[in-house]
Amino acid sequence: MKLDVDGLQVLFPYEYIYPEQYSYMCELKKGLDAKGHCLLEMPSGTGKTVTLLALIVAYMVEYPLELTKLIYCSRTIPEIEKVIEELRKLFEYYESHGQKLDFLGLVLSSRKNLCIHPQVSKEREGKIVDGRCHSLTASYIRERAAANREIPICTYYENFDAKGREAPLPRGVFSLDDLKEFGRSYNYCPYFYARHAVGFAQIVVYSYHYLLDPKIAEVVSKEIAKSSAVIFDEAHNIDNVCIDSMSVKVNRKIIDKSASNLQILENTISRAKEANASKLRDEYNKLVQGLRDAHRSRETDAALSNPVLPDQILKEVVPGNIRTADHFVGFLKRFLEYIKTRLRTQHVVHESPAAFLKDIANKVCIERKPLRFCAERLASLLRTLEIADQTDFSPLILITHLATLVSTYTKGFTIIIEPFEDNKPTVPNPIFHFSCLDASIAVKPIFDRFQTVVITSGTLSPLDMFPKILNFHPAVCQSFTMTLARPCLLPMIVAKGSDQVAMTSRFESREDVAVVRNYGQLLVEICTVVPDGVVCFFTSYMYLESVVASWYDQGVIDNLQRKKLLFIETQDAAETSLALFNYIKACESGRGAVLLSVARGKVSEGVDFDHHLGRAVLMFGIPFVYTQSRILRARLDYLRDQFQIREADFLTFDAMRHAAQCVGRAIRGKTDYGIMIFADKRFGRIDKRSKLPKWIQEHLSDYLCNLSTEEAIQITKKWLRQMAQPFSREDQLGRSLLTLEQLEAKKDVMDSMAHQK
Amino acid sequence: MSERLAWILEHKDTVCVSHRYADIKLQKISPEGKPKIQLQVVLHDNTTSTFQFVSRQGTSAAIKERDKVKDLLVTLLPKFKTKVNKELEEKNRLLSENPSLLQLYRDLVITEVVTSEEFWASHASAYLNKNSHSKQQVGVSGAFLADIKPQTDGCNGLKYNLTADVMEAIFRTYPAVKQKHRETVPGKYTEAQFWTKFFQSHYFHRDRINAGTKDLFTDCAKIDDQVLSKEMNEGVSDPLVDVTSFEDNTLAEGYGTSLENNKGPVQNIVHQSMIKRFNQHSIMVLKACQDNPVSQDASVPPQVNGTSDSKGDSPQKDADSLTNHKNRKRRIHDKITYDDLENTETSAPVVKLNLTKVERYLQGPVSSEDATVQPVTESDLPLLAQALVRLKDEVANYPLHSSNHMLVAPAIAVNALGELTPGGALMRAHHDDSLAELVSESLAKEVRAIYASTCELLRHFWACFPPTSADHQTKAEHTYNALRRLHNARIKPFESKVMVEFSPLSQQLTSHLNLLLNTAYNKYEVTLVKIRRRS
Repeated sequence: MKLDVDGLQVLFPYEYIYPEQYSYMCELKKGLDAKGHCLLEMPSGTGKTVTLLALIVAYMVEYPLELTKLIYCSRTIPEIEKVIEELRKLFEYYESHGQKLDFLGLVLSSRKNLCIHPQVSKEREGKIVDGRCHSLTASYIRERAAANREIPICTYYENFDAKGREAPLPRGVFSLDDLKEFGRSYNYCPYFYARHAVGFAQIVVYSYHYLLDPKIAEVVSKEIAKSSAVIFDEAHNIDNVCIDSMSVKVNRKIIDKSASNLQILENTISRAKEANASKLRDEYNKLVQGLRDAHRSRETDAALSNPVLPDQILKEVVPGNIRTADHFVGFLKRFLEYIKTRLRTQHVVHESPAAFLKDIANKVCIERKPLRFCAERLASLLRTLEIADQTDFSPLILITHLATLVSTYTKGFTIIIEPFEDNKPTVPNPIFHFSCLDASIAVKPIFDRFQTVVITSGTLSPLDMFPKILNFHPAVCQSFTMTLARPCLLPMIVAKGSDQVAMTSRFESREDVAVVRNYGQLLVEICTVVPDGVVCFFTSYMYLESVVASWYDQGVIDNLQRKKLLFIETQDAAETSLALFNYIKACESGRGAVLLSVARGKVSEGVDFDHHLGRAVLMFGIPFVYTQSRILRARLDYLRDQFQIREADFLTFDAMRHAAQCVGRAIRGKTDYGIMIFADKRFGRIDKRSKLPKWIQEHLSDYLCNLSTEEAIQITKKWLRQMAQPFSREDQLGRSLLTLEQLEAKKDVMDSMAHQK
Repeated sequence: MSERLAWILEHKDTVCVSHRYADIKLQKISPEGKPKIQLQVVLHDNTTSTFQFVSRQGTSAAIKERDKVKDLLVTLLPKFKTKVNKELEEKNRLLSENPSLLQLYRDLVITEVVTSEEFWASHASAYLNKNSHSKQQVGVSGAFLADIKPQTDGCNGLKYNLTADVMEAIFRTYPAVKQKHRETVPGKYTEAQFWTKFFQSHYFHRDRINAGTKDLFTDCAKIDDQVLSKEMNEGVSDPLVDVTSFEDNTLAEGYGTSLENNKGPVQNIVHQSMIKRFNQHSIMVLKACQDNPVSQDASVPPQVNGTSDSKGDSPQKDADSLTNHKNRKRRIHDKITYDDLENTETSAPVVKLNLTKVERYLQGPVSSEDATVQPVTESDLPLLAQALVRLKDEVANYPLHSSNHMLVAPAIAVNALGELTPGGALMRAHHDDSLAELVSESLAKEVRAIYASTCELLRHFWACFPPTSADHQTKAEHTYNALRRLHNARIKPFESKVMVEFSPLSQQLTSHLNLLLNTAYNKYEVTLVKIRRRS
């Protein structure tokens, strides 16, 4: 249908529209007009993606100069593929309305997902694919291959390099498979073609890391214009991604490996000196002249390149004391030795980067300035020495990144050295954490650089938290609820078992036999009355294991197996995939199955349990993060000092967003229906309840907040009977589903409501 | 005379006794030393014919003669026997396998309500035909191991009760155990020893670690693990659940703050292997239930492979990956489609009308005599149009035509369901006259049996109406008579028995039956009158 959103013509590729989709478009349009950032929460399954795409594409068509590019970031590969298919649908819709879009939309992923080289693509490990690709495409290898036919190179890349750059630009939508198909038919390397095309494509879909992780963003996302809109979908976890991309941890193994790396480096240098001293001298001379880009860094060489570098470094010259290869290796040796001595501590050390820098200057006379150039210098050296497979050197690269980061950032980071693990104080296993505490550091360049950044997800509540921890000022900040024609979600808080013992995963009582038994009983009862799939989430993997063990002893497992087939998430991803695959098979065959899973696990983040795959979701306990972790403690302190966020507030916020994320897996659309059970007494407290997303809170009336097992089962039975009735479009129309006419009629009302706000 | 055993009186040309070999069940001879030398043939219907052998040369010659006959019969009878027996055995088997059929047989055949042939021809046809297609396989319960409840035998031992069903389930779920069973029983172990070992193994005690022990089933566990790890290596075809390839993460080892890696070794290995075993168990149960169609399919591809060997497998692999891509795409499309937003009206499947003779369809039935159809005049046209519109409306509103027709409004349906559950308004009336207390189990069983046989006959009876052909008429008459016979032979005695033994119930139990029968009788009589009047 053709919509009119605040004066903008939007082609929406469906005949009907949800009211909240329209409101979402209105808010998003406001954000785009204001060239500001947006924070939008909309329940999962209400067609967020298609709404976003439809509006932004329409905006790009209407104002081609205001908004030139759309960057859509999502979390997982399936999510990314879904986005690109939605986009394809939109393009087709435009075409069927005689308005062919002159846009290129494509997806970018790692080599592992895009490689079509007959041998390399067989590898399943991403790192190995990268390494092998590098050994076929590095510039000096290609130079050598030009002289010697024996040396293998990648024909796809050669072809791309020869012709691909000037090739006529195709139009349309390219998913991963399309790119590979395209690559095969033209003999171009899809990965490099996609990377090349990111520069001029109007719509790019890729993973968070390509934008957030400075190490990759430098390579991939450097030349994107300011007049772009960036969307972070499923962004409820964005702060953790930011922190992860800036943190480094070093243990014994890495130290040992980098020591041997250094040894190899030294040998190679001495050999290179004998064989071809001029090369090293060349490098030195160039470094002296400040030509840091001595090797005109080609895209292929940048596989695992530099971490985030502040702009001034790029303008400065590499300091004298690390210019020659020998000096640099010696420098690194000293640094490594220093870290090693620091790891030899007997007690936990907390330190700020500034203190660390002071200490290192005192003890081994390493200045801050050369440290900052470490990463860059090593990359240059590796190129000079023509070491093809850089993956072998990853430990040493990590060390240099640490050096650069620690000397660059003094605020928002901390250093923690733990000599042993908390539960095994007798086994020395020292770890050096260089941990980012401030999520806003990694995301700041993005907020600064692009005119509109949209952060959206089904679970962002409470909305005031994100602007604080990411340190930005949204122009639009809105949470939408789900208009429903029937109460298709049933959230319940089960606070006690049938024996009136409180259900809780509090640390003091979580191992209590009565609590575990009550959890088991609740699950068995639910499995008895709920058809098809049931999913349970535990607070941690350890807790899951211990509960399963006690359930086995108590006979709960036997009872479960009588009702449904039992599948359990494990820490092994392949095993979990297989279990999931069979879980779906069991649900589809009508046998029904129950899946025990973990909040914060891979399943809770990436797998949807729509329709019959998840008729009931149970959350056993509140998924608080492990609070004894020193890194978390440091982060909490930092948040308190810098952003005035109270410790408890942040912990509750974090726990509740994960809980909401887990239970939200069950509802994927308005025709879907599902039960959400929060099995912990503490969920009933107002500070927890109020942090749930609005669309769940709406349905969580007071009488559902303190139930016992039997009461919950009674309510479930009654509700399921209601849900089993036929549900047609006519029931929805006008309320939770609008035709164009109905939308026009309602528009006035909605607009006036918006104004009142 | 190749099929019959016959006896002709001397100088007569009519046969006095004649039996088909096929009818003879067995032959008996008189024991040695008896004065009469006899041979008796027993037929399948238990009638007998006895032949006495006399000879002028004395008993020894008579015996010789009789033995000659006997030997001949011994060689001849089996040839015919096989044929007959098969049929009989089949019937016997059917009866023993289907208790309800046996009951019907007892009620209808033994009471001579219908003859045996008739019974097999019309009433048991459903059972006979069932043989042609294979029996549906029973699934495997997820908890078959849990359902084996150990009992203490009083002296520090445990007793497990194994049924054939459970054994079947174990074999189907764990092919490795079946293999082991085939290998070791009865050579190495007895059946009982084997199962004792099984109950001591990790299969039964999920919390036992199998690695170190030198157990019978240690290598079974290895085989199971291999199967599982093979599947894990192959990966799953569904991109939406393939957790291994979710991440598009370029963070190398050493980056990030997560503590995943150093968490590993602390965990309880017993718990982990138990969890693995639960997953394995569920996967194998699922596989056991889906095996059948797969194994049938699997028998076909090898031949195809054999013929296309020369081409190599690369094209096939390509095709595989192509279908894989298609599947991926389809899965993703499924996920992103919103049924309720889509306009489905046009996409409703249209059934194509397949006409053999188009002109007949266009013209419709025109009776030749009724040639006085008025030509449509101008003035009629609006009327016709109106009628058409009305008709269209009717058709559109016909409840069964809409895509989700509603027989009952959902709210009402939910209410009714609520009232029908215990505690609801409609469930109250059922408490005062609880039949269950008055009727003993054996009586209930008898009533059920009578119902079954009566209904079977009634079904056939009503199937004859309306009696459009002579066949139907005779069949109706026949069934009517059978019903009458049943009424007299079975229901009336039952009623009187109930009167005597369970007086408070009196007519209550059979009133509905009688109503059924009376309706049938009435119908028959009315039809009879009609037929007579017509003729």
